[in-house]
Amino acid sequence: MPSAIYAEGLVKTFGEVRALDGVDLDVPEGTVLGLLGPNGAGKTTAVRVLTTLLRPDGGRAVVAGVDVLKHPNEVRRSIGLSGQFAAVDEYLTGRENLRMVGRLHQLSARDAKKRAATLLERFHLTDAADRTAKTYSGGMRRRLDLAAALVVSPPVMFMDEPTTGLDPRNRQELWSVIEELVAGGTTLLLTTQYLEEADRLAHDIAVVDHGRVIARGTSDQLKARTGGERVEVVVHERALLPTAEEVLRGFGEGGGSRVEEHTRRITVPVTGGAKLLAEIIRELDARSVEIDDIGLRRPTLDDVFLSLTGHAAATERGAGTGAGGGDPGTGARTGTGAESRTGTGARTGTGPDTATGWDVGPDADTGTRAQIGADRTGAAS
Amino acid sequence: MTTDDGAVLAPATPRAKGGFGQAVSDSLVMAQRNLIRMLRIPEVVIFGLIQPIMFVVLFSYVFGGSIELPGAGTDADAYREFLMGGIFAQTVTFATAGAGAGIAEDMDKGLIDRFRSLPMTRGAVLTGRTLADLVQTALTLVVLALVALLVGWRTHENLLKVLGGFGLLLLLGYAFTWIGALIGLSVRSPEAATSGGLVWLFPLTFLSNAFVPSQNMPSALRHVAEWNPFSATVQASRELFGNIPPGYPTADAWPMQHPVLASLLWSIVIIAVFRTLAVRRYKSATG
Repeated sequence: MPSAIYAEGLVKTFGEVRALDGVDLDVPEGTVLGLLGPNGAGKTTAVRVLTTLLRPDGGRAVVAGVDVLKHPNEVRRSIGLSGQFAAVDEYLTGRENLRMVGRLHQLSARDAKKRAATLLERFHLTDAADRTAKTYSGGMRRRLDLAAALVVSPPVMFMDEPTTGLDPRNRQELWSVIEELVAGGTTLLLTTQYLEEADRLAHDIAVVDHGRVIARGTSDQLKARTGGERVEVVVHERALLPTAEEVLRGFGEGGGSRVEEHTRRITVPVTGGAKLLAEIIRELDARSVEIDDIGLRRPTLDDVFLSLTGHAAATERGAGTGAGGGDPGTGARTGTGAESRTGTGARTGTGPDTATGWDVGPDADTGTRAQIGADRTGAAS
Repeated sequence: MTTDDGAVLAPATPRAKGGFGQAVSDSLVMAQRNLIRMLRIPEVVIFGLIQPIMFVVLFSYVFGGSIELPGAGTDADAYREFLMGGIFAQTVTFATAGAGAGIAEDMDKGLIDRFRSLPMTRGAVLTGRTLADLVQTALTLVVLALVALLVGWRTHENLLKVLGGFGLLLLLGYAFTWIGALIGLSVRSPEAATSGGLVWLFPLTFLSNAFVPSQNMPSALRHVAEWNPFSATVQASRELFGNIPPGYPTADAWPMQHPVLASLLWSIVIIAVFRTLAVRRYKSATG
């Protein structure tokens, strides 16, 4: 399949910071690539280069068959950009915003007007169409922003953290819109720091950290690299933990179990799936261990991220390495919700933001490199 | 969201355009956008009027009668007429701050990124903004002229010359909005653009012939004032309005001898230089 987005060796430095440190990307037509990484990993910089907003210091990029550096204006005809911060004019109404973008896409006044009406209806904004965007909720603004990006139905779309800061309901709604778009054949490059989002929307995922793509594959492939499934048991009382652990260790595949005292939770890597679960329950019952919860857990992309980078995907500075270490455990779960970040907080980071956020010690860094090596071997075999 | 209707995905075909026609239409779309904004935030326009009106009243009644005009002595009425060219010119230059703040806000809100990702003419975002500011400046001048008439300002030349005087004032204001555009693209916030657009305007407009005759200044200052681009327009509008008292000695400096030509030249040079710089800056702007 031909590539709709292709990048080779993209480098961009802001002063001392290498925001992009040799990024290669290849997105076949009609597919979705999720660019996954923490704040400051270089995701936004990559999008800005590919959408002609920023000139890279090195490398080349081709979007919709056109060289981004040589013919930026040609590229602009074929792309839609929906940003992290809904870029709509808040003093214009929804309708005026869309008509303006249509006119700037060189549509005739009549076409721009028609197109605006169609899009407003599709994005459930007809009722609010003649109110200024200032009065819109966050979710409505995002929808308007997305509609603005779709004014000419570009074959290639870029979405930079489309759901950052949205509440769960609005996020779900936006996801549906994106899925619909992709079903219609649009190629999409999506950046996100929410693993759940990449998991749901992307065919392929490229994990980015420190300006480099450190792993790439489908969600399942990435998860497979992290290791198999695990059984999680929550016992009724703390006193039961030692017995329960002994039982579980018997079923484990030798990877070592993990006990969390305060949540009364034991996690152990297993193979054997659901059948095993029944056996474990029987055995626990036989040893009179009362349990509150038991479940089979497949690795999430959180786990993937943690094992690849040595730090969690959305925890705050320094917390990742301490909490999780090399263990793809619950440490990665903290702070992945959209609610934990505010739009304004992230605002300052649009430009050369690479220096902020991720303080991975030298140890973790070595860990990362080792993991990359392992990945490459894994991919080759 | 249903998937049966292909409307979202149906391509709308852009008309193939380019060149000058597209530059004009893009600029007009952007100007329209900025004018709508001004209508929706009328406070900005209203506050923009208060200061020059205050200046008209304060200068007329506080300084009128105590500032000596060569050729007219301390005649308060003569000073009032003399003053208006200065106030008009100062008022049009204040559009600088508005243009700068508007563009800085667009940068800040990510709108510049959106525009830069569209296949539109590069300079249109800035041209549209400066054109909208020009409209606002014209409205401000109309209101200000009415207030000036109320306090006793009169013109003593034919209509064509008077209109020419206002034309030069507007051109100066337009030129200064390009300075504002460059400031707006260079600073990090709308607030910085506002103050960055104003701080240098005060010395520039006071180190001129706007409020006091340059003849009364110490010689070093007098040279600065007489070659100040701003002074040329003040002098030109006074001349075209017929507001120079008979017997008022014209300074020897070339721009004071040929104020209309000097005013035109200065404005054109400012536009040429600052438009080039601003458009270049826009192309490489990172939000």
